[in-house]
This record gives sequence, C-alpha cells and structure tokens, in this order.
Amino acid sequence: MCRLIAFTSEVPKSPMLAINSLNVMKEGHDGSGVGLFLTDLGGMFEELKEYPILSGIFTKEGMKTLDSYLMPMGFKTKYNHSIKVKKDPPPGVPKRYMYNIRAYEYPEDWEELSFEEKRHRLMMIRLKLRDMGLKDESMIVYSFYPDAILLKEIGDPMAVAEYLDLENAGLKARVVMAQGRQNTNYAINLYACHPFFIQGIASMTNGENTAFVPIREFLESRGFPGYVGYQSDSEVFTHIFHYMLNFLGLPLEFYKHIITPLKDEDIEIHPNKEFLKRLKHSCRRLIIDGPNCVIGCMPDKTLVMVQDRKKLRPGVVGGKKGFFAFCSEMCGLDYVLKEELGENNFEYFQPMYLDTVYVTADRKEVKKCSQMDPLRLPN
Amino acid sequence: MFSNGPITPSQLSLKDLPWLIYWDKEKCQLCGRCVAACPVRAIELGTFRKRIVETPINNKKAHSNVYKVFYGIKQKADPAHACIGCGLCSKVCPNDAIIPYHNEEVDKLRFHINLGGQPRRRGGRRNDPGTLLDRIKFIRISMLTDPALDAGRHEFELRTLLGRVLPPEENLRLYKEEGWTPPVREIYPLVIGGMSFGALSPNMWEGLVMGVTYLNEELGMPVRMCTGEGGCPPRLLRSRFLKYIILQIASGYFGWDEIIHAIPEMKEDPCAIEIKYGQGAKPGDGGLLMWYKVNKLIAAIRGVPPRVNLPSPPTHQTKYSIEESVAKMIQSMYMAWGFRVPVYPKISGTSTALAVLNNLTRNPYAAALSIDGEDGGTGAAYNVSMDHMGHPIASNVRDCYLNLVKLGKQNEIPIFGAGGIGKRGNLAANAAALIMLGASGVQVGKYIMQAAAGCVGSESDRCNICNIGQCPKGITSQDPRIYRRLDPEKVAERLVDVFMAFDTELKKIVAPLGRSTSLPIGMSDALGIDDYHAAERLKIKYVV
Repeated sequence: MCRLIAFTSEVPKSPMLAINSLNVMKEGHDGSGVGLFLTDLGGMFEELKEYPILSGIFTKEGMKTLDSYLMPMGFKTKYNHSIKVKKDPPPGVPKRYMYNIRAYEYPEDWEELSFEEKRHRLMMIRLKLRDMGLKDESMIVYSFYPDAILLKEIGDPMAVAEYLDLENAGLKARVVMAQGRQNTNYAINLYACHPFFIQGIASMTNGENTAFVPIREFLESRGFPGYVGYQSDSEVFTHIFHYMLNFLGLPLEFYKHIITPLKDEDIEIHPNKEFLKRLKHSCRRLIIDGPNCVIGCMPDKTLVMVQDRKKLRPGVVGGKKGFFAFCSEMCGLDYVLKEELGENNFEYFQPMYLDTVYVTADRKEVKKCSQMDPLRLPN
Repeated sequence: MFSNGPITPSQLSLKDLPWLIYWDKEKCQLCGRCVAACPVRAIELGTFRKRIVETPINNKKAHSNVYKVFYGIKQKADPAHACIGCGLCSKVCPNDAIIPYHNEEVDKLRFHINLGGQPRRRGGRRNDPGTLLDRIKFIRISMLTDPALDAGRHEFELRTLLGRVLPPEENLRLYKEEGWTPPVREIYPLVIGGMSFGALSPNMWEGLVMGVTYLNEELGMPVRMCTGEGGCPPRLLRSRFLKYIILQIASGYFGWDEIIHAIPEMKEDPCAIEIKYGQGAKPGDGGLLMWYKVNKLIAAIRGVPPRVNLPSPPTHQTKYSIEESVAKMIQSMYMAWGFRVPVYPKISGTSTALAVLNNLTRNPYAAALSIDGEDGGTGAAYNVSMDHMGHPIASNVRDCYLNLVKLGKQNEIPIFGAGGIGKRGNLAANAAALIMLGASGVQVGKYIMQAAAGCVGSESDRCNICNIGQCPKGITSQDPRIYRRLDPEKVAERLVDVFMAFDTELKKIVAPLGRSTSLPIGMSDALGIDDYHAAERLKIKYVV
C-alpha cells in the first residue's frame, strides 16, 4: 500500500528527507515507485516563483517536440534544472533520457492576462503535451505551473533517489510531499503515481477508493478539461479539492463534508444543518467510501490531512512551530521529526475520523476542525 | 361424453389442462372443504358408480355383478373451471387427501381460453421464470488492497434520495439567495411499489401500512409505500402516517377527488406523488379493476358506481404531448402541495425511455423517473400484454443512467427500477445489481405479496387470478368472506421480517465491496456477468 509523507517547513528542505522517511516505512510499501511534489520552492527556484515550471520525463525526441511546441508560442527557458542521467538505472527502474524541470518565461502576449487565464492556458498546454506524448511515450508531463515541481518514477524510492542523485541535485522546498508506491491496482503507468497535481493543488492518498467509478463519472461530466486521466483511483481526490475550491468556492473545512458527509442524525443536530444537508445531497456522487488517508497541498501552501469515515487508514501529524510533518505511519513521522527537530522536541497526534487537520503557510501550529464544529459559510 | 357421442372443439379432457388434481379416496373423509374453498370451482362432489364382478370358483353359482356407489372429488374439465393450481384444496384438507400437480405436457387449455371471443385476462406476472438480474455477480471483492467490512457490526448508511437533486453549484447558489429548492426525501432504497386499494384487499393494505409504520417508527427505516391508482383510505390521508405514503395518480384519476378534498385537513405531506404513465406488466395499457372487485367501499373511495369494470385509459386523456403531459401534470401536482412534495413520473420499460428521461432533465421540477420493466406484476391485464409486451429492466435502467452520466446529471434525477426484482427470491441481490447499474432504488410489489402475505402466484402460471377477486389467500379479494383469511397483523410482521432480512443481505453484498457510507449507485466496476453480449450491453465485466 502507498506510504505517504509530507512536511511543511519554514526553511527549505531537500526532498531526501522525505525519501529517507519512505525508506524507513519500506516494510509497508512494495518499492514499486515514487512520487515527489515540491512547492514553495527554495534554492535556485526561490527567485523564480512566478515562472511556470514544466516537470516531466522526456525522450530525446520528446525534448525536440516540446521545444518545437512551446517555443513558437513564445515560451522562453528561464532556468533549466533538468536531470540527465548517464549511468545505467538500478534494477526495476526504466532507462530515461531526461527528467525535465524547466522554468519558462511567459510569452510576451500573455503579459496582460489575469492569473486565472494564465493558469487555464498552462493547464491546456500540459494536457496537450501529455496527449502528444501518449502514443510513443516520448513525453510524460506531470505539471506546468509556477512554483511546483513533480518527479515520478517506477522503482524503489531510495534507489531512484540515488540514481537521480537527489541528494546533490540542489532541489529544495518548504513543502514536500512524497509517496512510495507505483499504483499497482491497475496497469503500471506513471500517470497513475501520486501525488497528483492540478492548478496549484496536489494530493496523495493511500488505500483503495472503492467509490472510484461513480466519482470519476461525476468529475468527467463536469465539462472541465483538466478532469481527465484517472489511471489511478486516487486522482479523484485531487480533483475534488479542485472542484470544491474552484467550482463551489468552498474553503478547506468543507472537503470532508463533501467526501465523507456526516450521518443524517448528526446533521440534524449540526448548527449548519440546512447547508450540510444540501451539500450532502448535491455532492452525493463525490462521497468516498474509503479506506483512505488523504494528504493535500492547497494553492496557498496549506498542508492538509483527512481520513475516510471508517478511519481504516489512520494518519499521524506532528512537529512544532516552523516544521510540521504529516505521515501515514508512525515510524515515518518519527524519523522526519527526530531528524529535523531532535529527540523529544516535538509533539504528535492522530486526527480522528471527523477531523480535518491543516498547517497554513505561516507554519505556526496544526489547526484541527471537526465536522461537528459550526462552519463559517462563504458569502 | 359417451364414446359415440358428439364432441365440441373446446371440450377438453383432464389431460388437456395445465393443472390436475390428485385425490386419494382412502384418505378423503368427504368433509367437502376443498370443494367449498376452491376459488374457481374446479372440483365438485362426484358420485361414482362402481361395478364389481363376482366370479364363483366352483361354478355352482352363476356369475354376478355387484354395483356400488361411492362419493368423492371430481375435477371439471371445462375451460371456465380449469384448476389454477393454487393448492387451496390441499391447504384446507384435514387428511392431505388432495393436491394439484402440473401436467407434464403443454396444456391445450391455452387454445380455448378465449371462449366468447374474449382473450384471456388474468392477474400476476409474466410467465417466464428466468431473469438476467440473477446472473449478475458482484465481483469486486475487497481483498488486501482494502479491507472488506463487517456487515454485522459496521455502521452503514444505505438511504437513497427521492427528489430532484440540484447540481452542487446551483444548490449552494439557491441556499445563498434563499431561493426555492426542490424537495428531496431521504428514503430506504427498497420501496413498496404501487398496488392499489382495490387491487389489494383492505386487510392486505392495512397490514402493509402497519408494517411500513412499524419500520419507520420503531426501526428507523424510512420505508415508503406507493398507493397505486385507487386513492387512499380517508383516515390515512388525514393521519400523520401519510408521510410514509407515495400517492399515485394515473389516467383514471381514481380516488383523487377524495385526496384533493382531504388536502386542507392533511397533518403531513405525503412522501411524494407518482404520476403513472405506464406499468411494466401491461405497458401502454391502462389500469384495470374488474367489476368483481368493485364493492361499495372501493366504489366510494374511487368515486364510481359499484360493480362496474374500471379500466383506466392507456394515457392521460387531457394531455397531448410529452412536454404537456409531464410538465403540466408535474407542476400542477407540485402546486397542490405548495411545492413541498416531490412529483415524479412512472413509465413502463420501453425503448423510448431515454426520450422521456431527456425531457425530464430539462424540466426543473421532475423529481425522479421510475421505470417498471417487463417483469412487473399486476392485478388484472390481458395475458398477451403481460407475456409479450415491455422492455427488460436492466438495460433500460443502465441506458438511462449512462445517458445521465453523459449529461453530467447522474443521480440528479434519481432512477427507480421495478419489475421482477426478486422474482426468484433473490431480492437483495437483484436490487443491489440494479443499484450498481445506476438505479437510485427499486420498487417491489409481487415479492412483498409473496413474502409478506403468502401469495402463491408464480411464473409457471399458478393461480394468477388476482383479477376476479377470488384470491385464495385473501390478498387481492374484496369479498370479506375471503379476505378475512388474511390477518393484517401477521402481514405487518412479515413485512418487517422482509425488510430486516433485506437490509442484512444488502449489507452482506456491499460490505465485501468495501462500501458502507453511501449506497453504491452506479458502482458498475463491481458487476460481472457470464454472458459476453449482456456484459457489453450493460458495460460491465464479462466473467467466466
């Protein structure tokens, strides 16, 4: 099963911290893949936050196609941090030409565009590139968005990290999410690897989503071009976040009310009964049935964790002011916190089945809200 | 007949009948109960002459014949009194001396059951015991990748919604603007389908209503029951239990005078209003209550004179097109209850169901669509309608659901499937299969009659005389001498048994699929069938 680790830190950190944590949790995942999401970037990308970064895996041909597609549109490479591997990959890791991480300058004629429009166009370009690369697998594109880097590969997380020399790659971020398994429930496909990303939102999940098909059908029928893919049943969690924030205009506290609504009798005694009943009825098609622990990162860099109603995939949260980690296993959390904060210098707890826990970008504290709490309804 | 006597074309022998009576002279005590109880007078007291030939051994005496007379049971062979196999004779016999059995040969009665030019009419169901629903298996078992749940101890929420569910954006907008939002009911996904007061006996109706009330008030199961077309007893209309009732209006408008007049005195709103445009058992044909059953009480509730046939027209006569038919009726019904009660149409399974559905998607008031498949039952219909007309329910529901998915409106207009669910006893499995194909819930009638009241009707043409009011169990009779056989309290008890057992079985199906917090509507990845073409058609997995 997928093992999840995410942290949010005042000081930018190497993703190796997360990889090492996955390694500690190795007993629990099959080493079939790794996915990394980095945002609130540090290092070289610190100064490039407004420039869209393209992340993906490319063949030589793919690189040519990419350039011939983006350059005529007016995109210029601002900074290239791509990883070109030379040595033979470790067993189980396919040979690649290039792991592309490249920041671009927007085309000149985009200057007047609102960010809203820009991010829509960026998404459409990502989808187009993904589509173009599907047939010959010359391009696998994970994201094309400012301040976001995604790296995914098949193979054992540690072996992949060593192969890509992540230790010395100079990548640093204040928010890192990592997941240690290629989704093997369906066919092996890099697009099935968490974390998933759409327009500033990333999420990863462990456990199987038993209500996958009806949820996928609902999202696909929204008419939004970004709701595609679904090589993994976990991708819907990311898109539900996106749907909630962008289509319903609801803040984070409502996510759990959408995916795991309260029981009817609990809604009856809730102060926002009327609203929650409507939400439950209308979003019935988005109800997950678990067992899942979902860790997500919002566009404002808030890190969040929720679990399904049954809490069959418990998660754990800990840290102290300035550094907090969310993890699917105690041992993984323990490793990260001890490494970062030192022994006995942190606290942790397990959120309960009604809880949403999150840490905002100020990284002062872990906030917790229960589904039974009164809600601040959006205007 | 005499061997040299005349014979008419329709003069049948016992061998030509579908059901034969076995009678044991040794056991029979000639009490006459069987003859008295037989609903179709298929048997009568027989006086038999018997000759005994006495042949002396030594030839001293002349040969002689002894003639004796004995009494017993004689089965009639004329079509009007052909045995229906109900078995009531056997049930009342104190010595088990009599029982009907099925003729192994295909009967000849079927060729003569139209005497007088009147085709066969009957009650019951399509005479086809098979069902595709039974072949659907639940194949996505949670194994290791996610845990199967404990059906006995886990917490389940398996309610469904009846009513127009708005898309999330729209619903939240109306919340902010305090606009009108269509009423939505949270109900149990197994609904008792429309069986009218008139089609059913008063005792049966009372039993069902008591059972439904118990399920709601004592067990917290929001079970709903539809009245069918025949009105609703006045006391129920004015009671707080009306909220458990779905009132049906159909093309004969029977009982609606009473209902409309009761509106100002209603303490509660009904659960919903079902507009019946069609029925699975007799698609495209109106309802029918034959004169036998139209006694004073029924006549009073329906607002008609007693002892006349009550055929409802095949369509709502005042309407012209689907837009009017559906939109106007739905809106008038909404208006009658101040837009607080969901109103939805019920149609018979048909290849035009998609057109109806597409129309409903554009009608902001349509609260659901109920589709009654070819295996639906009825109290009275022409045999040809029952056996040969209609559309199977599985593909009809599936097509409609997938069409809604294409429009992005899945579950906004809940689809209710009916007709033949549990026809071979597998109620929960059939219901779950239809739900995973896309139904928001199912409606059942015959299963309830069989399980809660002991209806003996079957797909091998047993009994099926609901139309003439002679129901051996008193379920569909309006004759107090017959329906007093049925104890309403016992019907209520059995109804509760049925729903409790169904609930456990439904959990036993969804729990291993890892589902518990919501009804798995459209979870088609869980379904498989061993027929390639059926799998392709239903877009589920082909498994062998």
